[in-house]
Amino acid sequence: MRFGVKLLLIASAVVAGGVLIGFYVANLTTLQGSASYTIPVQQASGKPVVNLKIETVAAVGPQLSPNPDWVSYLIQNQKGAWIRRTVWKLPANATVHVTVYNFDGASGLRNPYLARPQGVDGNQVTIDGKPATGIDPNDASHTFAVPAYHLIVALPGVADNAKNQCGYAPCSLKLAHRTIQFTFHTGAPGHYRWQCFVPCAAGWIDGFGGPMQTIGYMDGFLDVS
Amino acid sequence: MATHPTTAAPGADRAPHGRRVIVAWLVLSIVATPLVAIFLGPILPPGNASVQGSGQVVDNTVLTATITPVFCLLLVFFVYVLTRFRAAPATALEDGPPLRNHNGIQVTWIVVTTVVVLSLAGFGTFELLQNGSGGGQGPSPVAVPAGADHMMQVQVIGQQWNWTYRYPGYGGIETQDLYLPENTYVVLNVTSLDVIHSFWAYALGVKADANPGVDNVAYLKTKGPRSFEIRCAELCGLWHGYMYQTGHIVPQSQFAAWIKQQQTLNASIARYMPKYSRSYYPDPQRRGG
Ligand SMILES: [Cu+2]
Ligand SMILES: [Cu+2]
Repeated sequence: MRFGVKLLLIASAVVAGGVLIGFYVANLTTLQGSASYTIPVQQASGKPVVNLKIETVAAVGPQLSPNPDWVSYLIQNQKGAWIRRTVWKLPANATVHVTVYNFDGASGLRNPYLARPQGVDGNQVTIDGKPATGIDPNDASHTFAVPAYHLIVALPGVADNAKNQCGYAPCSLKLAHRTIQFTFHTGAPGHYRWQCFVPCAAGWIDGFGGPMQTIGYMDGFLDVS
Repeated sequence: MATHPTTAAPGADRAPHGRRVIVAWLVLSIVATPLVAIFLGPILPPGNASVQGSGQVVDNTVLTATITPVFCLLLVFFVYVLTRFRAAPATALEDGPPLRNHNGIQVTWIVVTTVVVLSLAGFGTFELLQNGSGGGQGPSPVAVPAGADHMMQVQVIGQQWNWTYRYPGYGGIETQDLYLPENTYVVLNVTSLDVIHSFWAYALGVKADANPGVDNVAYLKTKGPRSFEIRCAELCGLWHGYMYQTGHIVPQSQFAAWIKQQQTLNASIARYMPKYSRSYYPDPQRRGG
């Protein structure tokens, strides 16, 4: 083979390889990730304020997920509907007032230390209207935690013998629930994961599988920009 | 059997190839080895946040400096052979002279490589046994530094997906951050509450597996104040890649103030904390499993 022909063949192979790699990378970067929810922002004395209303449910139900029996977090959209989105777009340097309605029973913390609220204003939360600086770790149902913010809030569960327990989500506030409120602040822009620290995935080994390992249920991101 | 080329008698090339290669190798090695030790050595991993980390830098420097002459020999040999014995284009392919046994070369090769490998193994073992070199030694450590009984104890607890720390010398309080006082010998007791994690504080030169129900002991002596990265080095589930933190080595007074503040914060949870133990067996979950 002549030198020129050889060179041409090698050059074409390199270009073809480069194009394939380009396609692969482009595909990766444009892949549809978990759908996000943009939380409406208000202003208070020139600073962004966000009201985040979320609920935790023992079973997400067939309406909201192909895995109806999975435990999940839900967020309330502007129309008041509960949707299954755990990637939330938030403004940077904002004050975030969180209200969590927990409809699930207690399953206990693996690490009792996480029963102390941290990374929230005053290191305290309000549980059913009363301030608290800690709960009995055995009463924990889930946690809302953003490790990068040092934020940990353990959510107490509904009593096992409570009447009117919610079966499948979305759960009406008329059904048995606990209300947990706290305030935290977003800092610099970034992509921060949040998660539950209670192994709460019923039916999986030690409660670790399924919804604990899947974004959209017990895990998500704060997309701060 | 062997047909010798007719153009030249075997061994006709009487140029001193061996001597040239050896001289070039010696010159290159004498120049390159100190350069590698002096300039590359200090920037070798893992860093100098602890005596153990610095020890590993020294070990890596010794290893790199030792292999430099070996690398130089290969380099000189290949460059010499590829240039000196390159066939000119359009010459007929011809066989070289047959290789014959050479006892001197063989004995030298075996002796030199054996000495290099065994001395490095001996050096590594010696370094490791001094204080464990920052590695997790399991529940019954062998390489115990002097005064281990009086060291500051910190328990590292892995959990899907975060590290927390208990300070048994300060009322067994637990914290989200790792703070260590400067110039202090510390014994780390690494364990896990669920799956296997691995505590990797790179600049400290510490890497120790976090196994549920196991107390994995590692020793380190901190140096001056600085921050260092902490990662999980064992694939442990969804947020494994997010299981990182920044640890801090701080002056003694700053550490005292920090730990006092943590003790105050922990008061609200103190009665619920389990007694300090070398490992924990969280109650079987009511729903899980
Ligand atoms: Cu949960
Ligand atoms: Cu891990």
